[in-house]
Amino acid sequence: MSMYFTKEHEWVKVDGNQATVGISEHAAHELGDITFVELPQMGKVVKQFETLAGIESVKAASDIYSPVSGKVVQVNDKLEDAPELVNESAQDAGWICKLETADLAELGALMDVAAYAEYLKGLE
Amino acid sequence: MGYCPNTPEEIREMLAVIGAESVEDLFSPIPQELRAKSFELPAGMSEFELMGIMREKARVGGTDIVPFIGGGIYDHIIPAAVDHLAGRAEFYTAYTPYQPECSQGTLQALYEYQSAICRLTGLEASNASLYDGGTAVAEAALMALRVTGRHNIVLDASVNPLHREIVCGYLASLSAGVVEVAPAGCASDLERLMGSISSETAAVVVQNPNFFGTVADFTALAAKAHEQGALLIEACYPVALGMVKSPGEMGADIAVGEGQSLGNTLSFGGPYFGFIAARKRFIRNLPGRIVGETVDKDGRRGYVLTLQAREQHIKRHKATSNICSNQSLCALRGMIFAAALGKQGFADLATLNYDKSQYAQGLLSAIKGVSVLNPGASFNEFTLALPKKASEVVTRLLDAGVAAGVPLGSYYPGMENAIVVTVTEKRTKAEIDALAALLEEALWN
Repeated sequence: MSMYFTKEHEWVKVDGNQATVGISEHAAHELGDITFVELPQMGKVVKQFETLAGIESVKAASDIYSPVSGKVVQVNDKLEDAPELVNESAQDAGWICKLETADLAELGALMDVAAYAEYLKGLE
Repeated sequence: MGYCPNTPEEIREMLAVIGAESVEDLFSPIPQELRAKSFELPAGMSEFELMGIMREKARVGGTDIVPFIGGGIYDHIIPAAVDHLAGRAEFYTAYTPYQPECSQGTLQALYEYQSAICRLTGLEASNASLYDGGTAVAEAALMALRVTGRHNIVLDASVNPLHREIVCGYLASLSAGVVEVAPAGCASDLERLMGSISSETAAVVVQNPNFFGTVADFTALAAKAHEQGALLIEACYPVALGMVKSPGEMGADIAVGEGQSLGNTLSFGGPYFGFIAARKRFIRNLPGRIVGETVDKDGRRGYVLTLQAREQHIKRHKATSNICSNQSLCALRGMIFAAALGKQGFADLATLNYDKSQYAQGLLSAIKGVSVLNPGASFNEFTLALPKKASEVVTRLLDAGVAAGVPLGSYYPGMENAIVVTVTEKRTKAEIDALAALLEEALWN
């Protein structure tokens, strides 16, 4: 189960037709202390790269874009009381939501771990 | 702001610098037809003469008329403390409190205001005020669309018609629909309201007391709305909350209203303030500014604007609303009013309004051909059916120095003979007796 990244620093991990989505460690670090995650509504249907959720830190308020198309089937409600989970574990326990997805071909528009690492180097 | 007129010498100097021959020459690029022909200003006069004219204008404007008009704006007593404290330069000249390091007084006052609104409405989170009652109802509707992600508002037509117009105006440019539910007589049609709620409904909007003055319990309606995942928005009259069940007690999710009755003068229509309060879980969707309590680095209590990520200066077009200010000074008056009265004062004030209104109801309905259309629960307003066209009767009584009420014909077709009469604590027995005598005379002589 590999992880794929967007240029906007979201990640997605696909297991069968279920995609788990979050923001990258790099993004969490750049945002600073995260104070609030605006979780998507259950059942929300999004297209790839559309706004999925929102995130606020002491520095900024940003949108989280969906790495793949799908329907929200689960949200990480631990983030409601503990948004700092995203800082502590952006690419694991700090996941944002799970989508039911069908079109795996969309992953082709994303970067794998190695490509994302290269991409980050380019941003420095 | 200082008023510094230019002397002819200064004007000459300035023109010389930019190379214009005269003031006329300076404006010459503006085509003649676009220029003001005359400002029609009268000749100057002395301060004494001017005050005389202004006093005369104020008198003609209606300050001598005894008002039995309500309909959203109410003539209540304002304790002297309100003018005195709100007029202090620290409050009066201060603008929006961006900087906590130099605005603790204003911020604390707004925090106290929010606390007062929460206690009155029975809800957990209030903002620092909105512009007026009508826009507050519209903001609540927008908030419900954001919270639920739905696109439909069910609007009780016994909500203030002017406020309904604002709601429809706000929603017209969004892909949101409004379903208006006509009242049953002078009461909300609870059955039809419940029947209009669907899985597409973001919120049901009601008002208590409603525009006819009828008081209702919306507890069952709130439960029905929640069953369908919709919110209940209740517009309320803060002075009535000294007596009637609060929105929070009925299960409403958002309470809004016109704040004028809390310590603000009638002032020919404004400025006033709107208030909005909601359940805590919706706080991130509240529009406008919110003041929060915090501690400074030494652990001392302090106040700051909080949750600003919702606001325009951070989120731009994605902000929760286009409200980027509030009505601080009017809200401050509301807060001082609430603090001056206290819990018991509110209860006493509400009782006075109710008792006087009941007295007036008895007296007016004893007039031949006059009946009360909502004899059940009311606060300080009630609707009368007259044997003549209400607007004509009102005009006739105005000549006698009494504003008898709000004729309903222009808002509710078919109710041309109906009038909403309001009796606040300020109306004396003599004024109420005079209203009854004048009304009887206008109807039968």
